[in-house]
Parts: sequence; structure tokens; C-alpha cells
Amino acid sequence: MSDTTMKPTVSAPGAASIPGDVTAERATANARLKSRFRPTGSAFVMGLYLLFLLLPIYWLLNMSLKTNQEILSTFSLIPLRPTLENYLTILTDPSWYMGYVNSLIYVVMNTVISIMVALPAAYAFSRYQFMGDKHLFFWLLTNRMAPPAVFALPFFQLYSSVGLFDTHIAVALAHCLFNVPLAVWILEGFMRGVPREIDETAYIDGYSFPRFFVKIFMPLIASGIGVAAFFCFMFSWVELLLSRTLTSVDAKPIAATMTRTVSASGLDWGVLAAAGILTIVPGALVIWFVRNYIAKGFALGRV
Amino acid sequence: MTLQLENVSKVVSGRTHIYPTDLTLQNGTMNVLLGPTLAGKTTLMRLMAGLDKPSSGRIRWNGEDVTNVRVQDRGVAMVYQQFINYPSMTVYDNIASSMRLSGRPADEIDRQVRKTAELMKLTPMLDRKPLQLSGGQQQRCALARALVKNAGLVLLDEPLANLDYKLREELRIEIPKIFEESGSIFVYATTEPEEALLLGGNTATLWEGRITQFGPTLGVYRQPVDATTARVFSDPPMNFLPFEKRGGHVVFADGLDVKATGQFTALADGRYSAGFRPNHLALERPGPEALAFDTTLSVSELTGSETFIHLDHHGQRWVGLVHGVHEFEPGRSLDVYLSLAHIYIFDGDGRLVAPATYAAAA
Repeated sequence: MSDTTMKPTVSAPGAASIPGDVTAERATANARLKSRFRPTGSAFVMGLYLLFLLLPIYWLLNMSLKTNQEILSTFSLIPLRPTLENYLTILTDPSWYMGYVNSLIYVVMNTVISIMVALPAAYAFSRYQFMGDKHLFFWLLTNRMAPPAVFALPFFQLYSSVGLFDTHIAVALAHCLFNVPLAVWILEGFMRGVPREIDETAYIDGYSFPRFFVKIFMPLIASGIGVAAFFCFMFSWVELLLSRTLTSVDAKPIAATMTRTVSASGLDWGVLAAAGILTIVPGALVIWFVRNYIAKGFALGRV
Repeated sequence: MTLQLENVSKVVSGRTHIYPTDLTLQNGTMNVLLGPTLAGKTTLMRLMAGLDKPSSGRIRWNGEDVTNVRVQDRGVAMVYQQFINYPSMTVYDNIASSMRLSGRPADEIDRQVRKTAELMKLTPMLDRKPLQLSGGQQQRCALARALVKNAGLVLLDEPLANLDYKLREELRIEIPKIFEESGSIFVYATTEPEEALLLGGNTATLWEGRITQFGPTLGVYRQPVDATTARVFSDPPMNFLPFEKRGGHVVFADGLDVKATGQFTALADGRYSAGFRPNHLALERPGPEALAFDTTLSVSELTGSETFIHLDHHGQRWVGLVHGVHEFEPGRSLDVYLSLAHIYIFDGDGRLVAPATYAAAA
């Protein structure tokens, strides 16, 4: 295997111009790769790390493939009689799958609103000086410091009185309280990395502001928009308290559905586990797309 | 066509960046803004372009007041010191962008882009993104974008400052040639006197937000109106030595007493300052009338075929530029010579009283 991977690297155009013996470096890298599979101390530590990290997720997967009876009666590391029955229940029963649909609707709504609002705000913070700009910018972040529970009551009462209770937009707007500041901070960091002269050059070339913003500027901060959208998506997806408080039937999120699965025959363990696995999937998918930028996102674009 | 600045000033949060300035630039001319960093070159250019609004005064373009016209409608082109192109577009699209916005026909755009790319030696790179190019090529791309627009006013803000020596030499010769045909007004900001002399045209020297002198480049170089201009338009800066005219004699600050001749003859009695350029200091006596000064060498720097010598002379710090490679021990004493013909005379307020005779004759 090492031979096949070595060949294209060495014969690649430009390889000869790389200083140092590429072949030799490659060979040592391969040797290192091989030695890692020998049971050494580091492999042991790594194994333990992965074990602890993945144990709960594995157990969730394990449970989701078992029957309730097996879950409650025996201890088995792998399902004795694997079944997809639990997944089938979720994908066919509207009271289950509508939870996912509702969650996705308000999460996407929230992400779109947050980014749309944060883009101009972040641009203003990165390009203009105005009275109190620094204080305002910091104050945005303090919104994230209050626990969501604080806001549950005012939101509930406000939305009930204006007829927004139990709608998707209600949850989407409530989540903006946390996501807009975050998106502004992330986008501002990315925008600051774009020299102001590019804006001016565009104006000199004859671009109007909206056209410049969409055609020149947004492509330059595309990764920033991606990261900001990812964070909005994740926070909105995992948030439970506000989404559960502000909905009852029509916009009930999956997380709320999962906490209400006590039936006459007791807790439906298997279905619950399957729902858990399905809830992880969207997040994992989104992470895959932004994995290269995520560190920059956590540093709010300031790397 | 002309660009007129009438009493234009710029004040930013209480600090004056540009003092009220009058300046008229004629069509088809190369105008150099020469001054050290923070002299206000970029601010002045941004005012000309319309990127900033002046705090007072008017800007006229062919007599028409354009002070409040948006930059999009001004018909200007600008090249920055940093290599500014649109990173998400190819070189071709970068060059074409301003023409596309003005709605020119596609075949004309294509023709213009290819012509300009050929001129700027960018033809093989048309399909690449600017960040995949070398610094010199990126700046060529930025220049091509400015050139293709055929703007009436082209502003070049230290376009070569971030390039390496060799590329700078190359582009410095090309730029005036390339832009010559277009017949626009060129404004070229630089910190280097040498660059101003190479570009020719007119030069405005800037110092702390004021234009100290504006005129043909060589004229400004040979006959600076005051000591500040002379200092700005000389690299390393001009050296000074106070002296007093007394009777028919000139007494320098270090006690040297000579008979007044040449430009010294007509001076009224009083205190003055003698200014001379570093390259006029000599290590060998150039003629019998030359002045001799005993100095102490503090540093000597080799620059290829020339040597910079930093000298202390009775409390004055001088710099001399002498031919050849000289390796002097720091701290040694050194006799330097200066021909009287190379001395500019400034009065107590720094105004030029008499130019050096060599410059007045030229």
C-alpha cells in the first residue's frame, strides 16, 4: 500500500522543486504510520481516549438496534437480535418525524435570519467608527452570558399575547437572541481580514454598495459565513428550553418529543435511542462540511 | 481638462491632515506627490478621488464642481501600495470588471482586456486568480485594472513600494511610458526623491499636511523655495550649516572665515543657513576655492559602488555620499570638502535666498 501512495507524490509536477529529499521524507512518514499500529503507550492512551469519547454514542447506537425487552432484560455489548423496528417507528409515525421537520424548519429559519441580520451589522462594526461602537460590540456578546431560562418567561408571555405561540418563527426569533451576536462576532473577525482598500477599489471601479457586497465581498468571507451558519445551526439545533417552552403541538421540536415518550407500558427505550441517533446525524453532517474552518470559528474569526 | 483643488483641507477629529491647499493639475501630465510618510500624500489622493470629502474647499474637474459627486461617478482609477485585486475573480475578470459595470459591449471588453494584458505582460495569467501570482504580477494586474478604465484621473499611491528592487526598477520605467498615451492626469505618490526625478513631470513636495512647492520636477529639485522642500527632495536629507555674513566675509559656525564670492556676494549682512546635498561633499579637494571641514565619522555604510558617511561637525549631523568603497573606522576624524558653487543659502525662516550657483546656471 505504501508503494502505491508513494508513487504519485514523487512524480507529481513540481515535486522536484521542493527542497529536501521528498522520497526519503515520505518513507519515514510511512514508517511512522506503520509503527503506530504496534501496541505502544501512545496507542493505548489514544484507544482509551476514543473509548471514553465514543462509549455513550456507541451505547445509544447499541440500544437503538435492540428491542425494549432485550434492553431491560440482558446486558449485551452487541444486539443479540438486531432490529430496525425502532427506526421504522420514528420514520412512519408523524408525531415522531414531525419533530424533526419542525426542528429543521425553525433551525433553518433561524440560521437564515441570523446571517442576514449579522452580515450588515458585522460590516458596520468592521468598517465604520461610530459613537459607542466598541461598547455595543461587547454588549452583543453579553447576551450570550445569560442562561436561556431567564428569557423563557418573557418570550412565552410576549409570544402568547401577539399570537406567535407554537409557531416556527417564534422559536427562530427567540434563538436569534443568542445567535445574532455570535454570528456578528464571527463575521466581524472574518471581515476585518479583508483590506478596506478592496471596498474602495470596487467603488472606484463603479460598483454600488449592494452590488459590491454581494459580488465582491461575500465571496471573500464565504468561509466565515459558512462557519457562522454552522454555529447558528448547532446552537439552535441543540437548544431545548426555549424551543420547548414556546411550542406545544404544531411546532414541537424533536428534543421535546424525546422527553415525552412515556407510554402506558413505560418508557420506550429503543425508540428513544433511535431518535437520539437520528438527532446526532444532522449536526455530524454539518460539522463535516465546515471541519476545516471550525477552529477559526471558535476563535470568532480572529486567527 | 484640469483638476483643481481650491482651498481644500481635511480635518479628522480635531487633527489637521491637510491644511488649506490650492493645486491645479493639467491634463496629460505626470504629477508626483513627494513627501515622507504621514506628510498627507494618501489623504490628498483620497480627496482627489472622492473617497473622502474635504472638510472645506471645492474640487473642480474641468471647471465643474465635483466635491459632492460619488466616487462611482467620478471617473478615477487608483492603485494602492498593497496589491489590491478582487481575490475571488480571475485576472481576466479583474481587468474587465470596471468595463462590465459601465455596460460596454462584450467584444470590445474582450479586446481591451487582451490588449492591456499584453501590455502588462499578463496574457499567460489571465485565467489565474490574483493570489496565485507573484507580487509583481499582482501589481501589474492592479495597474492593468487602472489602465483599462481609461479614467481622466489616475492615482498611483506608492505603487512600487512593496515590490522588490529589481521589479521596482522595471515597472518604474514602464509606468510613465504605458500611461503616456492615455492623456489622463497622473498623480503618483512616493517617498523617494529618486523616483520623482525618474518620473519627471511636475512635483509637489509635501510636509506635514502642506504642499511646500509645486512645479516642474527638476525646477523643484534645483531651486527649492525653502529648507523644508530641500530636505524632502533630497535623500538622504540636505545638510545644513549656519553662517553669518559680515562685511565682505562669510563666517561659518565652526569659525571658518572666507571671502564672499558668487551667490554670497549680494547677501545683506546677517545670519543665514547654508544647505548642501550629501553627494556634494567630497573627500578630495575639488578646487582651490573649496571649503574644508574637519569632521568626526560616526558611521559609514556601503551601498555597492558608493559609501554613505555619517559625520559629526561641531554639533551638526551630516550625511555624505561619496563614490567608491571606503572602509573607515568609526570615530576617526575626516576632512571633507565642499565647493562654494554647491551651497544653497536659506534665511532665518528657512526661505531660499540664493540657489547654489551650479543649479541656477543649469
